[in-house]
Amino acid sequence: MYNIEKYYEASTVREAVQLLADNPDLLVIAGGTDVLIKMHGGKIEKAGLLSLRKVKSLEAIEKSPDGLISIGSLVTFTQLANDPVIKDNIPALAEASLSMGGPQIRNMATIGGNLCNGVPSADSAPALFALDAQLRLQDKEGERVIPIQEFFLGPGKVALKQGEILTEILVSPENYNGYGGHYIKFSMRKAMDIATLGVAVVCKLKDKGTFDNVRIGLGVAGPTPLRCREAEEYAREKAISSQTLKEIARIAVKSTKARSSWRASKEYREHLVEELTWRALKIAVGRAGGVEID
Amino acid sequence: MTKKVVGQREIRVDAVAKVTGKAKYTDDFFEREMLVGKILRSPYAHARVKNIDVSKARALPGVEAVLTYKDVPQNRFATAGHPYALDPKKRDPEDRTILTDKARFVGDEIAAVAAVDELTAEQALKLIDVEYEVLEPVLTPEAALTEGAPRIHDDCENNIVSSKGYEIGDIEETFKKADYVFEDEFETSIVQHCQLENHISYSYIDGDGRIVIVSSTQIPHICRRIVGQALGIPWGRVRVIKPYVGGGFGSKQDICLEALNAAMTIAVDGRPVKLELSREECMIATRTRHAFKYIFKTAVSKEGKLLGTQVTAISNTGAYASHGHAISMSAGAKFRPLYSFEAIKFSPVTVYTNLPVAGAMRAYGVPQIKFALESHVENIARKLNMNPIEFRRKNFRGAGYVDPITGNKVLSCGIEECVKRGKELINWEEKKVRYKDQKGFMRRGLGMACFSYASGTYPAGQEIAGARIVLNQDGSVQLQIGATEIGQGSDTVFAQMTAEALGIPLDMVHVISTQDTDISPFDTGAYASRQTYITGMAVKKAALEVKEKVLDFVLGMTGIPKEALDIADANIIYKDSREVIMPLSEAAMQSYYDTAFASPITSDTSNNARVNAMSFGVTFAEVEVDIKTGKVEVLEIFNVHDSGKIINPQLAEGQVHGGVSMGIGYALSERLLFNEKTGEPLNNNLLDYKLPTIMDTPQIGVDFVETFEPTGPFGCKSLGEPPTITPAPAIRNAVLDATGVAFNRIPINPQYAFEKFKEAGLI
Repeated sequence: MYNIEKYYEASTVREAVQLLADNPDLLVIAGGTDVLIKMHGGKIEKAGLLSLRKVKSLEAIEKSPDGLISIGSLVTFTQLANDPVIKDNIPALAEASLSMGGPQIRNMATIGGNLCNGVPSADSAPALFALDAQLRLQDKEGERVIPIQEFFLGPGKVALKQGEILTEILVSPENYNGYGGHYIKFSMRKAMDIATLGVAVVCKLKDKGTFDNVRIGLGVAGPTPLRCREAEEYAREKAISSQTLKEIARIAVKSTKARSSWRASKEYREHLVEELTWRALKIAVGRAGGVEID
Repeated sequence: MTKKVVGQREIRVDAVAKVTGKAKYTDDFFEREMLVGKILRSPYAHARVKNIDVSKARALPGVEAVLTYKDVPQNRFATAGHPYALDPKKRDPEDRTILTDKARFVGDEIAAVAAVDELTAEQALKLIDVEYEVLEPVLTPEAALTEGAPRIHDDCENNIVSSKGYEIGDIEETFKKADYVFEDEFETSIVQHCQLENHISYSYIDGDGRIVIVSSTQIPHICRRIVGQALGIPWGRVRVIKPYVGGGFGSKQDICLEALNAAMTIAVDGRPVKLELSREECMIATRTRHAFKYIFKTAVSKEGKLLGTQVTAISNTGAYASHGHAISMSAGAKFRPLYSFEAIKFSPVTVYTNLPVAGAMRAYGVPQIKFALESHVENIARKLNMNPIEFRRKNFRGAGYVDPITGNKVLSCGIEECVKRGKELINWEEKKVRYKDQKGFMRRGLGMACFSYASGTYPAGQEIAGARIVLNQDGSVQLQIGATEIGQGSDTVFAQMTAEALGIPLDMVHVISTQDTDISPFDTGAYASRQTYITGMAVKKAALEVKEKVLDFVLGMTGIPKEALDIADANIIYKDSREVIMPLSEAAMQSYYDTAFASPITSDTSNNARVNAMSFGVTFAEVEVDIKTGKVEVLEIFNVHDSGKIINPQLAEGQVHGGVSMGIGYALSERLLFNEKTGEPLNNNLLDYKLPTIMDTPQIGVDFVETFEPTGPFGCKSLGEPPTITPAPAIRNAVLDATGVAFNRIPINPQYAFEKFKEAGLI
């Protein structure tokens, strides 16, 4: 049952960070699809809530003239999946967004909440990792921008300081312009499910048959979402062939920290990392204008 | 000519009420000052309560009662929704009490709280101090059967509920004369019903001092009896009301809440108490489907005749018997009418373990045995290098079979035609050629599986049903039945039968959907696919009695002999010429208000059926297997049923859609998991328990071979449960066809498929 002891609503970021500074024990809630579930299930026994739902300034997706894409933390997954800026420029994130939950949950859940919840299975994370996204965090004293890789600290743990809220997710043009990308969510069901593995790949080509660079973001392959740096390093400026793709996928496994649980064995998870990285790469290469691989 | 009603795609009588939200379910009723009940559940799979201190919980403001086993009657009772047996030997094991001092699974009911609201009740639960003596948990049937294993129930040796079986013919003889003997082992998993509406009831004591229970149940009359037994009070002191129900699939053919709920209202001097389980509670603390292990050893001749089969089974019934060994016996009986074995030896053992309680679930043991048998038959056909369809056809018993144990006779059998149609629908021959030499990692395959089933439980159980019809002044009728609408559409088919038998349009039949044990006729409820067949007999009988009385009354009014009269389109007519004599409403008005002869027309009928009709059918499935990831996708699936005459094709298709989707989940994804050391549930929620969504469900093809069953009302047979029986073996056989890998366990989920494909060298 929901034991909500206090409830505040802010209508501006300024008001929100002030409230949070004055009431440091408040839990921030946006769409509520994680917080309320935890309260209902007893994982959070009781809480005072600070709702951001009326902070209109955090609901926008924008592309600045120089190409910087900024996504407000209250942007819902339905918005992300349908927004032309996202679909045209960073389709891997649109694909990831559509893979999350079901229509009702996508209408409520926000990208900010998804990231701040801090779980390795966050559906938006692998794509944002692969896109080298930056996060804008704000508190009463001011704001800072950090790479998304530094935000995830461990299962359910993120780098938000006391009194800080996530306001924007930023993707720079040099990280998506000219890239092809693809996201594969591997889960037991086609909807309403948590990923067994999430694989996001973006790549840029020098020419049809040669990589410029590849970036691979994985979800549920370790305690946080992660990047496959060694595989990315290997891929740099390599000639594109079935063999190269297989090798990249093989090396990708080295960056993972999969473990066995009742959900899946380590061996199976690692097998999936290799297989699905290969599949995602193949499609990303095609989308980047590269040669067809069989 | 009167419009036919039976056999038509009539819209369900409760469709508008349900889509407009006017249909009231248990949670939609409000009583003044209703309290909220919550249950304290054991965190241990096996433990004794050494000490329990509820003083802090009782002291919490807003808490009205805290109950432990010390505060409630400790009469032992059985919870299974079976008709009462006068013969004590035929009763289910009475192994329960309301609340317990010995926890037998994680989730067992130790204490209960009634408080002013849910939050207070939950806080009170945390204030109850229980000191447990933790005992060694027994978490597998093998462990339970081990010599010297801890006893789960003190009076039950070896943790065996029953090991009763049967033997027909001489099994050893068939092994001797067989050209081949094949043996296979199979295993099914624990799954859960996951009906939309969780278990819920509320209870209060009325002005007469009687206990009233409003419950989402499949079995209101049985519920009354069991609550009476549990409380040790006369059954007439209990009144059970069943409003609309949001699904049950057998989990509500059991008394999970009501006895405790009644004890709770008694504890607060009759103030209403609502007891509603969460999904997480429902999944472990109501009922599950029995997991089975089967060994089939089968004698076959070189011509491909199935001679005899020896079946060994271990059934895991969990912490309490519930339906217990009846599940094994149902499995052992219902497969018999299909294949012409000369000898069958069936040796099941039903075992207690410290896991959630298994009970009734759609098709009652048969999905388990048919997964095993149809997989086994497929393996045999392949080993003999015979076409699996022809192999099965060669062995069908067909109509005329008389079961040597039950005495039930197969009077209608459309299995041959079902197979023929299914094969055409899935385009079997053409696809078999197309998929012959597949090389890649995406491979397709075809599979099929056949079943036989029963309509009701006769002669294992009593099959009694009641119906009451009251003729109104305008010629319309109220129909009351003791049988329960739980979403399957029974109210609609009963209305159709009444309309057809009486000669009135469907909208002149008003079905009273609520069952109230004070008012409704006696019927044991929704289970065993019995209602259309069994209750239908009572409904038809009542309607024909009303018709007779109407015609008698018209004879009095007009002098026209009854034999010359009929009713059609709500008119009294000459039977031969169809000429209208008067509207039915005129006779009805007269029956109420004639100054001399008024006698309003009713029928209050009961029917004790002593027959049982065998239904048949087949599933054909086409799958695509992603060998690299272990994912199996069902591309096409067709269920073709011989359920006799179909009373309402639209509702029948709905039944098949639901049953097949349940079967797909059983085959590929659903499984309740427990910590192997502690017995704690790992996935008792709908995120981690992989119930398929509509996105995971292919278009489901449905067809019916409409035989005419002479014992059934309007020729019908069972359909409620059968659709869920054969999807799993058909899918398993399709995966075998696609990959050459013979799975012997379900669900075939990606992790398991990966392991098997790896073992087979495919990856």
